Amino acid sequence: MTALGVSNVEVVYNEVVLVLRGVSLTVPEGQIVALLGANGAGKTTLLRAITGLLDVHHGRVTKGSVSLSGADITRADPAKRVKAGLAQVMEGRRIFAELTVDENLRTGAMSRRNREAFDDNRARVLEMFPLLAGRLRSTAGYLSGGEQQMLAIGRALMASPDVLLLDEPSLGLAPRIVDQIRDIIVQVNESGTSVLLVEQNANMALQAAHHGYVLEHGRIVKDGPGQDLLADKDIREFYLGMGESGRRSFRDVKTYRRRKSWGS
Amino acid sequence: MNALAPVLASVSGTDFIQNLVSGLALGSKYALIALGFVVVFRATGVINFANGAFVLVGAYMTYQFFQTWEINFYLSILLAMAFGFLLGVVLEALVLRRLVGEAPFTVIMVTIGLLFVMDNVVTAVWGATNLDLGDPWTGNVVEVGGVRMSHRDLWAMAFTATVLAAFLAFFRFSSMGLAMRATAADPEAALAQGISARAVYRVAWGIAGLVAALAGLTFATGNANIQPTLGLIALAAFPAMILGGMDSPLGAVIGGIIIGLVQQMTELYAFEYLEWAGRNPQTVAPYVVMIIILLVRPYGLFGTPEVRRV
Repeated sequence: MTALGVSNVEVVYNEVVLVLRGVSLTVPEGQIVALLGANGAGKTTLLRAITGLLDVHHGRVTKGSVSLSGADITRADPAKRVKAGLAQVMEGRRIFAELTVDENLRTGAMSRRNREAFDDNRARVLEMFPLLAGRLRSTAGYLSGGEQQMLAIGRALMASPDVLLLDEPSLGLAPRIVDQIRDIIVQVNESGTSVLLVEQNANMALQAAHHGYVLEHGRIVKDGPGQDLLADKDIREFYLGMGESGRRSFRDVKTYRRRKSWGS
Repeated sequence: MNALAPVLASVSGTDFIQNLVSGLALGSKYALIALGFVVVFRATGVINFANGAFVLVGAYMTYQFFQTWEINFYLSILLAMAFGFLLGVVLEALVLRRLVGEAPFTVIMVTIGLLFVMDNVVTAVWGATNLDLGDPWTGNVVEVGGVRMSHRDLWAMAFTATVLAAFLAFFRFSSMGLAMRATAADPEAALAQGISARAVYRVAWGIAGLVAALAGLTFATGNANIQPTLGLIALAAFPAMILGGMDSPLGAVIGGIIIGLVQQMTELYAFEYLEWAGRNPQTVAPYVVMIIILLVRPYGLFGTPEVRRV
């Protein structure tokens, strides 16, 4: 079963800038799928196409379709998609700084009207993030970066999503916290939520992922099982910074070599 | 001090208390208007100058229901408030919906445009002469310890207290109130949580219209007090909202009361101490107070200072 399907999607900003040129990927039910790519590759744009937030940025899906558990959501508004079982952790955390931790969690459950489910979800989230439980009444903006990221994930889980999207959850966090976040993602996945993990930190993402895709200049240039990608020569060189002869400068790398090995 | 003593004696203690009470009453009317500003600002981040027109329409609609259609007075108030709610919702759908995502400045200019358009519509419908609401409160007075309090002032204070309590509960406990605060803080992140920005904006404008209609009523009571210039009174409530802190209901009410007191007291004492300031220093005084308070607290008395970790 496909939890989330993106088929041949093309996205244009301001009617002129073509950012995605026919991207397809699938998140099978119960799996973690990683999406890798450098800055400007189109990762966040792809997420916006999935969540329906393109409008806010004057962007539009001009071709292709997005489906959630088999139902087409290409043109649905963002609130409807959340109701249908899609939740996201945005890049840069984007918690509501002036609201308390508890209020932030409540906003995550806004699309759910069921009171009992709310209590269950809240208990589950607080069990997963004991740090938050002790600080429910604190102003969210004063939490540390790692705590804010956990709050952002907790807030998304309050919607009890079928599919969870995470946009660079490791950004700006200490290595130890990054490992913690990775473990949490695995834990969330084991409890039945399918995950699409967008990362620049390829090492972290591929350790957790069942399957990975590499996005470059608006195209998927490579995909494969997580462990295979982790061992892949090119991935190791360009995303993990480990060439055969140890670290080396990007200046020495000729771009046509990359095209050649991936484009064919 | 000695030089002042004879002047102070000329303003008696009862006068002072009488003016204090009048100032409180005037202040609570300003507070009602300021609350209308706050709800729109809190949800949309825009200062709604059209609020003045809502106040005006509220006053005239109460007159329309009560005098023209001869409906029960209290029912007329409720109907005028319902009309205010509808007016807010309709304006949001027709005009402001299209401006979502534009710069706040553009939206603010549009609300100023709406203020003048609605002012003229009101004059066209009801004429430019003063109308008499003929409410049952005017003329009735309670006397407590030598201080006279009119029924309409007491009602105005009761309305303000009720609306404030309702606002505080609404923002604190209700889902819609929380959705509004989230949307104001970060509209995109709120959308991502599945909060419908459209519903939030619609309700915010509706509530603004409803509260403004009530404010309009409090200014409309009394003898021949309904006039097209009522819309401009909302501008006097503007410093109340600013010095209260834009996004705080409690701040709006305290700001309103400060402005009311300052205005009333300036009127009382200007005659003796501020002769050099011309004939109407009380119309300028609220703005002077606003400037002084903002110099000390740039985000107002109760406004949310920006939360940022350093």
